[in-house]
Amino acid sequence: KRVKTHKESEFYRRQMKLALRNIGEIDPVSIEDYIERGGYRALKKALFEMKRSDIIPEVIKSGLRGRGGAGFPTGIKWKQCDSVKAFPKYVICNGDEGDPGAFMDRSIMEGDPHSIIEGMIIAAYAVGAEEGFAYIRDEYSLAIKNMSKAMEEARKCGYLGENILGSGFSFDIQIVRGGGAFVCGESTALMASIEGKIGEPRAKYIHSTEKGLWGQPTILNNVETWVNIPLIIDKGGEWYSTVGTERSKGTKVFSLVGKVKNTGLVEVPMGTTLRELIFDIGGGIIGNKKFKAVQIGGPSGGCIPEELLDLEVDFESLKKADSMMGSGGVIVMDERTCMVDVARYYLGFLSEESCGKCVPCREGIKRMLEILNDICEGRGEREDIDRLIEISEMVSEASLCGLGKSSPNPVITTIKYFKDEYLEHIVNKRCSAG
Amino acid sequence: MYAPEIKDNLFIAKKIIEKYPREQRYSLAVLQDIQREYSYIPRECLKMISEHLRVPVSKLYSMATFYKALSLVPKGENVITVCDGTACHVRSSMVLIDEIEKCLNIRPGQTTEDGKFSLQTVNCLGSCAIAPVMMVNDKYYGKVTPNTLREILKNYGGVENE
Ligand SMILES: NC(=O)C1=CN([C@@H]2O[C@H](COP(=O)(O)OP(=O)(O)OC[C@H]3O[C@@H](n4cnc5c(N)ncnc54)[C@H](O)[C@@H]3O)[C@@H](O)[C@H]2O)C=CC1
Ligand SMILES: Cc1cc2nc3c(=O)[nH]c(=O)nc-3n(C[C@H](O)[C@H](O)[C@H](O)COP(=O)(O)O)c2cc1C
Ligand code: SF4
Ligand code: FES
Repeated sequence: KRVKTHKESEFYRRQMKLALRNIGEIDPVSIEDYIERGGYRALKKALFEMKRSDIIPEVIKSGLRGRGGAGFPTGIKWKQCDSVKAFPKYVICNGDEGDPGAFMDRSIMEGDPHSIIEGMIIAAYAVGAEEGFAYIRDEYSLAIKNMSKAMEEARKCGYLGENILGSGFSFDIQIVRGGGAFVCGESTALMASIEGKIGEPRAKYIHSTEKGLWGQPTILNNVETWVNIPLIIDKGGEWYSTVGTERSKGTKVFSLVGKVKNTGLVEVPMGTTLRELIFDIGGGIIGNKKFKAVQIGGPSGGCIPEELLDLEVDFESLKKADSMMGSGGVIVMDERTCMVDVARYYLGFLSEESCGKCVPCREGIKRMLEILNDICEGRGEREDIDRLIEISEMVSEASLCGLGKSSPNPVITTIKYFKDEYLEHIVNKRCSAG
Repeated sequence: MYAPEIKDNLFIAKKIIEKYPREQRYSLAVLQDIQREYSYIPRECLKMISEHLRVPVSKLYSMATFYKALSLVPKGENVITVCDGTACHVRSSMVLIDEIEKCLNIRPGQTTEDGKFSLQTVNCLGSCAIAPVMMVNDKYYGKVTPNTLREILKNYGGVENE
């Protein structure tokens, strides 16, 4: 075996590979490799050793929460779907991965497709679904290829398709390629897209677990959520819940990018601090520049300043800091990054991606963007900051879906933590970050 | 402008479309396949798809404008895709876009007059560890600088020898 340098071992020592357990360890398209590492053992256990009604309680016990960003308890979602007695039911894997700066779902789909498939089969069995969909970004051609290949192999070996392993239970999965719209990662928009419509979100008075795809009960989970399932069934929910913090169990995969020395995917127990992530694992800032902020949670996450580097990262703590978990993109910014420009960048992104269905989001984001453009170009006024805050409140309250609701986060956090920079742009008409 | 001779090629479109069952749910997939074949969605194909899937042309038209991967106008022979996702943005992806404008005189969303190049931006190519990232057609380039960019464009006949 290759000898690792001291630096490399620091990079690995602090990590804990659960979701990424097979990445790089197996040939992703070889089902034999997967089975040799314990693959499909959980499925057999679920089918033949457990009562069907014991599966969901096991997932609830694990404390697993959705890794797509919102952190909704996975077991509870399944239970609600199970309690609705309308058929057919559907199971969906959200592989749209829209957050720029995040690529964990891509790596998992490319590197360990069988774990996703196994997770989906188990859920389908637990709620009685016979048809599943994997919605994958069209740009991810290798992910699509490896997922298709894995499904083919699974069908050949009797894990997928008619009468799985002779159990009498049938389930199959189809791949749907995404159309390249950020909003289609939102669960209801994604379902509309699978139905062959434009991907606009709908109001969620009625949850998808009751009326989802084609109006039928549907379970939709993120890629990283799915790969945790076989592990939980195999080792038990109790075991899984020993990892992590009190309310956020297990590990989270982060993609460490931006101005940090070691970029890449890292997987750590929930509750690891930002300082450990960025400085111990990430090796600190490139060129020994000074750390300024870290942006977590995708375009509608927040920018977290140096004072909060000892924050133990989980779903709750990030929310308290006005940011959010999102998919786990961690973008490190150094002293030369202008925070007003960062806020402007995200709003530009979101105004492009807003589907335009509701006015607060469509118009509000545009107005905020105009104000930020003015500030960046030296036409800002002191009142602009209050205006931004006022519009932010309106947009986050009145928008229909998560895109609009959380769009003000980058603005709110940069104003909260980096107000001086705004004032410098407004009063001195200059930007010291360059 | 560059576009394959549609009239002669409609039989390919027909083959693509008829591969799919007659259900609305396949409309996105069909449109994507057509886009891939012709590098845009020719008007004639919208009608053919509509007849096959029994989905009104207006619906297909709104899909073609809604989904970013689809285009109603022909793209250039070589499609340059520059990632402007966050990781690339903080590593100066905008400098690349400016450099491309200098070399080829096109902004994102535009095609050169000779139809040789189109430029588009994308939110993230999932390769953020090697930011800034760009693609020419299906080929990825990581850690691109203005200098390597010129080299890359040269390979596709984009920059004259200086
Ligand atoms: N992974 C990525 O690339 C991206 C992730 N996001 C994340 O998405 C999150 C927002 O997502 P939303 O779906 O709007 O959040 P949400 O809180 O509305 O829903 C989360 C999930 O739980 C389900 N759910 C919620 N309440 C339920 C209930 N009572 N019963 C049954 N199921 C229920 C929803 O259907 C959904 O699947 C944000 O936190 C953001 O960070 C946003 C953009 C991109
Ligand atoms: C605008 C928007 C985009 C989203 N994009 C994604 C995405 O790309 N991938 C994803 O897994 N979840 C995305 N989500 C979250 C999904 O709506 C949903 O909450 C999640 O997929 C549920 O899976 P989980 O419970 O396993 O996290 C997005 C949400 C919003 C509001
Ligand atoms: S909040 Fe924005 S993205 Fe969401 S439905 Fe409304 S307009 Fe569309
Ligand atoms: S942000 Fe450019 S590849 Fe991810």
